[in-house]
Amino acid sequence: MTSQADQPLYAARTPIFPRRVNGFFRRFKWWIMAVTLGIYYLTPWLRWDRGASLPDQAVLIDLANRRFYFLWIEIWPHEFYFVAGLLIMAGLGLFLFTSALGRVWCGYTCPQTVWTDLFLLVERWIEGDRNARLRLHKANWSVHKARLRLTKWAVWLMISVATGGAWVFYFTDAPTLLRDLLNFDAHPAAYITIAILTATTFVFGGFLREQVCIYMCPWPRIQAAMMDPDTITVAYRDWRGEPRGKHNVKNRKAAEAQKAVAEAQAAGAGVARYAGTPYPNLPATTAKPVAENAQGDCIDCMACVNVCPMGIDIRNGQQMECITCALCIDACDDVMARIGKPRGLIDYLALSDEPAERAGAAPKPLWKHVLRPRTILYTALWTLVGVGLLYALFIRSDIELTVSPVRNPTFVVLSDGTVRNIYDVRLRNKAGEARTFRLSLTSEDMLQIGLEGRDTLSVTVPADTTVLQRVYVSARADDPAASDDTTPLRLWVEDVTAQIRASKATTFNGRGAK
Amino acid sequence: MSKRKTDEVTGVETTGHSWDGIEELNNPLPRWWLWTLYLCIIWAIGYTIAYPAWPMISGATQGVMGWSTRANVAAEITAHEAANAELVTQLVAADMPTLPQDADLNRYAIARGGAMFRANCSQCHGSGAAGAKGYPNLLDDDWLWGGDIDAIMTTVRHGIRNTLDDDARYSAMPAFGDMLEPAEIDAVVEHVVSLSSSDFDAALAAQGATVFADNCASCHGDAGLGNREMGAPNLADAIWLYGGDRATLHTTVEQARFGVMPPWGPRLKEADIRAVSAYVHSLGGGE
Repeated sequence: MTSQADQPLYAARTPIFPRRVNGFFRRFKWWIMAVTLGIYYLTPWLRWDRGASLPDQAVLIDLANRRFYFLWIEIWPHEFYFVAGLLIMAGLGLFLFTSALGRVWCGYTCPQTVWTDLFLLVERWIEGDRNARLRLHKANWSVHKARLRLTKWAVWLMISVATGGAWVFYFTDAPTLLRDLLNFDAHPAAYITIAILTATTFVFGGFLREQVCIYMCPWPRIQAAMMDPDTITVAYRDWRGEPRGKHNVKNRKAAEAQKAVAEAQAAGAGVARYAGTPYPNLPATTAKPVAENAQGDCIDCMACVNVCPMGIDIRNGQQMECITCALCIDACDDVMARIGKPRGLIDYLALSDEPAERAGAAPKPLWKHVLRPRTILYTALWTLVGVGLLYALFIRSDIELTVSPVRNPTFVVLSDGTVRNIYDVRLRNKAGEARTFRLSLTSEDMLQIGLEGRDTLSVTVPADTTVLQRVYVSARADDPAASDDTTPLRLWVEDVTAQIRASKATTFNGRGAK
Repeated sequence: MSKRKTDEVTGVETTGHSWDGIEELNNPLPRWWLWTLYLCIIWAIGYTIAYPAWPMISGATQGVMGWSTRANVAAEITAHEAANAELVTQLVAADMPTLPQDADLNRYAIARGGAMFRANCSQCHGSGAAGAKGYPNLLDDDWLWGGDIDAIMTTVRHGIRNTLDDDARYSAMPAFGDMLEPAEIDAVVEHVVSLSSSDFDAALAAQGATVFADNCASCHGDAGLGNREMGAPNLADAIWLYGGDRATLHTTVEQARFGVMPPWGPRLKEADIRAVSAYVHSLGGGE
């Protein structure tokens, strides 16, 4: 490469000092933060009684025993499709929200956003608002600066430890683990996990912040591809704001004054000749004449830029960096209120409304933007998967069997010519107590069933476990099934006490089988 | 390629690469990314010092951590053996015929025996224990030397017709090619076929019955039902070790068969012999 030196290959991070802001979206985000963090930190401590032999934690991912407990639902490894289904629903949900409302996931609920927001809150509380933090950043190291920095980092670290700590409680009994952790008695994996998550929370929330969204996260790219001109997103009404200028307020006041003067003159009143010479009951004139309609609403006060946690200027249009946290809307609305202009210079809007708004017409109603074939399709798919999962959840039985026909060899001939097939049958008892299962088969042929190592057809399966049972199915030498290729059959398992049945279809190989 | 251009909209220099008119901006990477790269390089170098890595003339560097997959495997095996020590003790002391009553020990024995079987027995008997020509199928209910757990254990421990173990099960079928005329062999083969099939030449079989009574019945029994004391196969059932067609039977009678199995007593631990016997017993034919 012969690229010259004036374009640097690497750039240092430009520090961002978001200013405090008040308003509807800020309040909304505080609520979301409280709810999401509350769910995250408190969920492992909820209890749910499942009987003596099962854990009583409401939400538990028991990796060691390969069980997932969610309230009354218990998922076994072979039911992993529930997890896959939930992930598909999460994906479709993200598509739906992104195509309808832009990057709301990023702006409101992404853990990176929530924890960065929390860390910023701490930062503001300890070091002060934007200007104080800027000054502190530029100041030389001193006892004062060191004290503030150390205090801030200490609080961040405490939050980080709590964050990493909360995570491990999802994987084992929380009260027991907490006691073990405090006694330095817990498994090393718990300490290592807490250490890693503490480090990532501390670094991502405290120092990398927007760098995570811009350089590490793939979602912004994917989500950008899912937005279209009808998507409601945070944007600047440049047709209303431009041309911007710091003097817009002064200019507009001057223009209003001129207009008042002209009206007064038209009404035949006298006019003060010089601005500096006030006359009672007469409007003051201005030194310079100003064009009345040349100025936009944006007074270039930089409020939107100063509050932005991503350090961008929303007035430059849609940008990859924008997480649509909507804080610039609050900041701008505040300014618009103060200069007596309508709110919404920066607002949630659909870019497709621009021509109408430019022409002075009203934008399309919100529902027309949201209800599009695309969002309807996403909703339909999401609902379809959801209903499918619910259906699967409610039809699943407390007992189950899987049948794995032994095909090495395909069949065995006994001394009296009987042809026998072997099946490895796994019996699952998902109930909280031991159950006795009776095995049987149905077939159009005269097939007999027998169990390895048992005189009866009953197997007792302990609570919440499986038993692998070798099952023999045989056809007498003169039965057609013995000489045929394959014969269909169905193996049944019946819970004798609960009167529940489950079955699996399989085939029987005769001597004709290849 | 080296001509530098600047994108008008963003004011950022482009790389000069253009795909269908879309040009790539040459934005600088974040500096922390560069430091991450350097850290990874340093980590990688440290890693190759800590673990076996650099190829040398005879083998690779050992690494200062002393890490070795072989040592890890040995440690894992030791750990498993220690964890199973109690079960092994119980298995060695167990009364084998009543083993299935102890569900946990039985399950352990069968799992251990399955592993032993696949490592030591499957070469002849097949991974599914279905056997092959000359190697008995262990899934069926036909046993040459007995199918209860003690008989199976004796067979495994001492083997069959080998010269290594004095207690090996032994018997030898004479090669009747030296003693009988080919026509007599054909006749006795027809008689043997008649024992388990309805498709035979009755006159020839009747001749063969006499030959059978004179020459074969002493081991295989008058009705051809075999004799487990001598490992003489049952000739009246549906199972053939070498084949039940006339040509194969003719060869068998003419040249005799002499299947050999090595003794496993000297090669396997007591617990393994018990375990593999329990496994074979559990395959479907156990008596």
